[in-house]
Amino acid sequence: MFENIFAAFGNVFTLYTLMLMAIGVACGLIAGSIPGFTITMAVVLTLPFTFGMSPIEGLSTMLGVYVGGLTGGMFSSAIIGIPGTPSAITTTFDAFPMTRKGRPGLALGLGLWASFFGGLLSAIVLVVLAPTLAAIGLEFGPWDYFMLVCFALTIAASLSDGDLIKGLISGVFGLVIAAVGEDAINGAERLTFGVENLGSGFDFLPVLIGLFAFSQLLSDMSDSEAAKKPMTSKAQKVIRMEHLESIKLCFKHWGSVIRSSSIGLFIGLLPAAGSSISNILAYDQEKKASKHPEKFGTGVPEGVIASEASNNATAGGALITMMALGIPGDAVTAVMLGALTIHNIAPSPTFISSQPTLAYAIMIAYFMANFMTLALTSGSLRMFLLVTRIPLYILGVVILLYCAIGVFTLNNSMADIWTLLIFGVLGFIMVRNGFPLTPMVLGVVLGPLAEINLSRAIATSDDLTLFFTRPWALFFFVMAVFSVFFPVYQAARNAKKRWATYYAAAFIACLAVPIILMGGWFRTGLGIAFLLVAVLMFVKRSRAPITPA
Amino acid sequence: MKRLNRDTVTAVLLLLFCGLLFQQTFFVRKVPFSIMGSEVWPRVILTALFILLLIYLFKSLITPPKNTVEKRPLKVWIEMYRNPVLCFGMFFLFLLILPYLGMLISGILFVFITQTLIGSRDKRSLILHALVSVGAVGGMWAIFRFGLGVLMPAGSLF
Repeated sequence: MFENIFAAFGNVFTLYTLMLMAIGVACGLIAGSIPGFTITMAVVLTLPFTFGMSPIEGLSTMLGVYVGGLTGGMFSSAIIGIPGTPSAITTTFDAFPMTRKGRPGLALGLGLWASFFGGLLSAIVLVVLAPTLAAIGLEFGPWDYFMLVCFALTIAASLSDGDLIKGLISGVFGLVIAAVGEDAINGAERLTFGVENLGSGFDFLPVLIGLFAFSQLLSDMSDSEAAKKPMTSKAQKVIRMEHLESIKLCFKHWGSVIRSSSIGLFIGLLPAAGSSISNILAYDQEKKASKHPEKFGTGVPEGVIASEASNNATAGGALITMMALGIPGDAVTAVMLGALTIHNIAPSPTFISSQPTLAYAIMIAYFMANFMTLALTSGSLRMFLLVTRIPLYILGVVILLYCAIGVFTLNNSMADIWTLLIFGVLGFIMVRNGFPLTPMVLGVVLGPLAEINLSRAIATSDDLTLFFTRPWALFFFVMAVFSVFFPVYQAARNAKKRWATYYAAAFIACLAVPIILMGGWFRTGLGIAFLLVAVLMFVKRSRAPITPA
Repeated sequence: MKRLNRDTVTAVLLLLFCGLLFQQTFFVRKVPFSIMGSEVWPRVILTALFILLLIYLFKSLITPPKNTVEKRPLKVWIEMYRNPVLCFGMFFLFLLILPYLGMLISGILFVFITQTLIGSRDKRSLILHALVSVGAVGGMWAIFRFGLGVLMPAGSLF
């Protein structure tokens, strides 16, 4: 093993490979910060340039683009309030308000350092536990995936900004939008009203950018006088990255960093579930775990940390699945598998044992890409921060056009720009009528996944009890039920109702059941430990005196 | 009629739209040998949407309309929505002229005219808008066209 690691080090640490990686990171940072220009697209565009390179050089360059892109998505989220990539959707919730409060340096610094720590933790797990963790991905059947998606959909309830019904309507409406066009299983057109252009449905990105970009920019520009002013005051002579403060906050909220990185890593392990889901899940869990959930969305550091640590950690999880099983964890690793095939390397579950030097080189390159992103971002951030000095109307109009260009490049289709406009108008009207946009985006992302897995599950077996009896399905079912009732629990806790004190104990006890059912000494032990903790919590709470509301 | 607030109107309109979508599911092609028909999933989610909209409607009817909402004169309303309407309108026009003038020219025109309509119109500002539109749009267009080899829409006239 060490022999292979040293050989891999030798291959990655050449001036040429490091230079290619730096170029890749720089391109990823730029691509990630342009709304509509996805990381996948950037990696696909990089692919032809890697044909003439060795596999290690080519994959190192692509990894640079990948990691740089994940961090780049945070720039536009924090500075202009539009997620540069779907993996940075929740970064906008707290990083942008932080910028608005006059602390863009802290918003970007936190995003950068949380990304770095998330990526670093994920890289360590990648090197140490790759083959062991990858096996979890193989345990998932369509029933488990469906329940995972159902659990993710319940997050709409906590993203409802106070109006639960409007949030849920928004989330289900997102599912309806995702159902328009040909279905993925049978290829039959649905809900198209006979319009030919709707046959292929709505692409996710134009919908996302239309909803966020137009509603955000046009709400900002509604006031003609405010539109002529920059986002940050000129009185702030020096805008600088608040590195020290950001690192301190990351260490202060180390629990958030670890929790969010673990969620990101876990989602990355699951084939086809990427950072667009992990950042939303991590943000939601962070909000639920927080002592002051009502402050989320106003510029709290934990919100930025959760989103950025999780999306960068997802990359490590996706790489684990790619290398240990030969299955792409997300679209980017699918392109990387393609690159391996071009170099006559067959991706398979024996990849690590048959190509150990290359496998460790990929791990080391991923590790290095995180450091390079940190260094390059620190250097170029001043330029990005200057953007906040441009008058809002000049910036806003240019961004709208960049969104159009970015969206067009997705499929080289004008229809996507029309989609951008239609959903821009819809998003603007929704916001003005108090409907939150994030649940809708969640619905659009998760709708196809839910339908495909439901269809697969029914096609595999007509036994519907499998949705509740398989350990992983039951695990996510328990999570979904407790997630749905979480707003009710919060209200009861604030009202100091007695039953609310047992909520956490009941949750841990219920979660222990599927973990025990999973079998194996570790999981059974973990499940029993969960049960013991739940009993202890129950006894402790029942002895506590009742305090009236 | 007193109870007919904005939420009630929205709920009724959305219920009608939901019904229209549900009716569309009866026109979905039947695929032979498919275990779960293509119309099943849309019907499931539309039923969920219908139930949620009924709750929304019920809630809007039992909640008394807010008397505190002040009526805005038309002038104030126009002033409030002037910039968003301008942006949407200009973006719509940009999309209409795009097939004729191409991404570069129509993009520059969109940015320049919209900035001029929203911002100041003095000589200095006009020069700034022109420079920004040519620099920002031209630069991005060049990156995609020559740097990344993406074919941007070319106009049929130019």
